[in-house]
Amino acid sequence: MHPPAIRTHRLTRTYRKARPRRWPWSRSPASADTAEREFIALKDVTLEVQPGELFGLLGPNGAGKTTLIKILTTLLAPTSGTAEVDGLDVVQHAQAIRPRINMVSGGESSGYGILNVRENLWLFARIYGVPTAVAYERIERLLAVVGLTEKASSRISYLSTGQRQKMNFCRGFITDPKILFLDEPTLGLDVTSARAIRAFLRQWMQEKPQRTLLLTTHYMAEAEELCDRVAIIDQGCVLACDTPANLKRQVQKYPLYELRLAPGTNGWSTLGQLSGVHQATATTTPTTVELKVALVEESVIGAVVQHLVTTGGHILSLKKVEPTLEDVFIELVGHGLNDDTAASWNQAPPSGGP
Amino acid sequence: MSSLRLFLTAALARTYPRVAWLFRSNSWMIQETVLPVLAVAAFAYAYQAMHAPPAYTGLVVLGAAMTTFWLNVLWGMGAQLYWERDNGNLELYVMSPAPLMAILTGMALGGMTTTLVRASAITLAGVWLFEVPIQPSSWWLLALAFVLTLAALYGLGMLLASLFLVWGRGAWHWVSLLQEPVYLLSGTNFPLTVFPRLLAVVASVIPLTLGMDAMRQVLFRMPGVFAVAIELSVLAALAVVFFVAARGALRYLERRAREEGKLSVRWQ
Repeated sequence: MHPPAIRTHRLTRTYRKARPRRWPWSRSPASADTAEREFIALKDVTLEVQPGELFGLLGPNGAGKTTLIKILTTLLAPTSGTAEVDGLDVVQHAQAIRPRINMVSGGESSGYGILNVRENLWLFARIYGVPTAVAYERIERLLAVVGLTEKASSRISYLSTGQRQKMNFCRGFITDPKILFLDEPTLGLDVTSARAIRAFLRQWMQEKPQRTLLLTTHYMAEAEELCDRVAIIDQGCVLACDTPANLKRQVQKYPLYELRLAPGTNGWSTLGQLSGVHQATATTTPTTVELKVALVEESVIGAVVQHLVTTGGHILSLKKVEPTLEDVFIELVGHGLNDDTAASWNQAPPSGGP
Repeated sequence: MSSLRLFLTAALARTYPRVAWLFRSNSWMIQETVLPVLAVAAFAYAYQAMHAPPAYTGLVVLGAAMTTFWLNVLWGMGAQLYWERDNGNLELYVMSPAPLMAILTGMALGGMTTTLVRASAITLAGVWLFEVPIQPSSWWLLALAFVLTLAALYGLGMLLASLFLVWGRGAWHWVSLLQEPVYLLSGTNFPLTVFPRLLAVVASVIPLTLGMDAMRQVLFRMPGVFAVAIELSVLAALAVVFFVAARGALRYLERRAREEGKLSVRWQ
């Protein structure tokens, strides 16, 4: 019986912000500094990931995903609760966990600019004790996967951000970890490279069934395509954890419609006042307003259309859509994952509109 | 893989970027050889104008060469973990099975190698340009004094690196603040015997002071603060103390940094 690859129980991490140093001759009032300044990054997170699973963590910036990964990779101590990796406690047995894991963070700038790609990867393989011949064989294979073979002899200070990201991706796999943590691995990559990486991830998981992969991503489609199970996390709490299909089933009870409106239409901001509208989310682009409405029942769509038209709206298109993980996320969190320009409300609309 | 083998493998891997830098960076020859020789020239001409014995010029050349090691210890060792954290390398090292002491050892080996080349260039240029008389009482004793000085200096560097890990920029300011007093107290450009006895004894806590004093006694047969044997014994003891203290400090401070979230730059 194998232990879970990852197990957390009521895992909590709090950051205490350091008070600014105060000199005796300082004149500014001290009252602002005396208040306790704590930030709860993770709150009572309980999760279990089985060996062989490709597990996704979905959440907006600041949700606690990276904090969770830092704890699981032994870089950060939990404030309370427990976390185990491959059956070993991250605090008590950090040293025993380390040979079994690796991590890649999107946008990381690790490595030495004076060394070339191959040398950097070799260095990080050697600190795991990977023999040089094995390291070089893996380097060539991985560079081919991410399309970086021709840059193998280039100093990394000459690489673009995307190329550096590809190199870091290779670094994560070069030690052949049993459990791999990927924090936004395709961040900033072009579509072709991201697709190649996703294909490689699937292949890598199939090669050895005991391998486990924990992935955080902003891209819902990526999570939907890759992950066996997904946990949705927001403000340090896990809101839901299930297979993408089961999660989508949760929101399937509300018929979903997608409407494209001409810019300048304002009527959608009062849609929440209509009875029968469960939830509505709008994303404004320079050319359109993309509106997604979840209805209590199908027949309400007529009222929605009428409302939009009578408030001066110009509907460009309307279609019924199947729920996606993004809809699950909106249902649970109340707003979209990536849309800074988006506005949403659940039954009661915001006053004055978004 | 055994722990010792992993330690050595990781240490040698971390040595590599420093040695590669020596061969790939073209600016060091001017910045770190020509400029120090110019500084030596200023003192050498001053001593010549005062009709000081030729050994005094040698003393300045040795001071300039050994100062490169001190600077390497301060900024290449002490501040290095801070840089590694900023670059995102530190978390990769901490997360790896290799002990951080292996990484520090690699930095020290790499730093010693590259600085040895620079120091040799300064010494050769200084000796040739200013005709410094080299007549050591014993080459073996000179080599021993040099090795023990480096061991103590880089042991101190490892200890400083641990402190940088937790203090960050705070440690940086302290090191900046200490830089000039250390130049003075180690007698970079003059014999330590000009100090009052008490001050010379206090200054001997700095490995650079003791090491240079011992090497000057052997090289130029000048009087020193203590006998060479005593200075070498203290240097050996300091090397062990600094190394053991660095190991303990690194363990303690790594644990503290994990608790406070200071190993990862994102949460600074």
